[in-house]
Amino acid sequence: MAISLDKALGIHQHALEGRVKRAEVLANNLANADTPGYKARDIDFQAMMAKAQEGMSGFGMTRTHESHMDTSPMGQDSELLYRVPHQPSVDGNTVDAQQEQTRFMRNAMDYQASFQFLNGKVTGIKKALSGQ
Amino acid sequence: MSLGSIFDIAGSGMTAQSLRLNTTASNIANAETASSSTEQTYRARKPVFAAIQQSMLNPSQQGLAFDSDQGPGAGVRVEGIVESDAELQMRYQPDHPAANEEGYVFYPNVNIVEEMADMMSSSRSFQMNVDIMNSAKSMMQRILTLGQQ
Repeated sequence: MAISLDKALGIHQHALEGRVKRAEVLANNLANADTPGYKARDIDFQAMMAKAQEGMSGFGMTRTHESHMDTSPMGQDSELLYRVPHQPSVDGNTVDAQQEQTRFMRNAMDYQASFQFLNGKVTGIKKALSGQ
Repeated sequence: MSLGSIFDIAGSGMTAQSLRLNTTASNIANAETASSSTEQTYRARKPVFAAIQQSMLNPSQQGLAFDSDQGPGAGVRVEGIVESDAELQMRYQPDHPAANEEGYVFYPNVNIVEEMADMMSSSRSFQMNVDIMNSAKSMMQRILTLGQQ
């Protein structure tokens, strides 16, 4: 019986990857807080996790050519959406710096949580392997 | 896509904001630089920001039309610096060494109050980017401890 480390770690590795991706998107929003015409973006985390779960169930599609659509959990950015602004601005920028910063901090906290879960899994596997 | 690219993004933001602070400093320093003709007078300078798309950095993806809008983007860049075309201040100062035949001197179209507000805004944005970088750093350090006791 083969041991699949991927399965042992569960959804947490995908969650962690998703958090990193979201951090990148939010960092980009903040960097462009003063760019005229820039539209703030965010990731639909729920959709991303649903996709990851689907991919884990083993019904994912194999890509045999590079121009095939990537249906892997973290592949396509179809969850990457545009934020609906609370109020219009003269220069067409939809970034609310304070809100984005709050989201970034929260995302960093969620990242810590995901990390904690993943670390627990790894520690558990290590314990099992050492057989003590 | 990785934590490393957050450093690039925040770094590009810091570069852009410090350039903005630079133009502000230049505008304030030259706010009282008088001149005898409209052509020679200093004009307020403003940087123009533009978002960097990931497809710009990765030329292999540029051919794909549907890909132009994809990707979270890769930071901000300064597209150029434009000079304000607001009206110059014309003051009647016949005793001024730079006064023209009619006794007028031209002063730059720098609005000090506007520049001060701009300065505060850019230094805040700079700080925000530093915060982002610090968060990314601690996230990265955390992942390095994975599996350690």
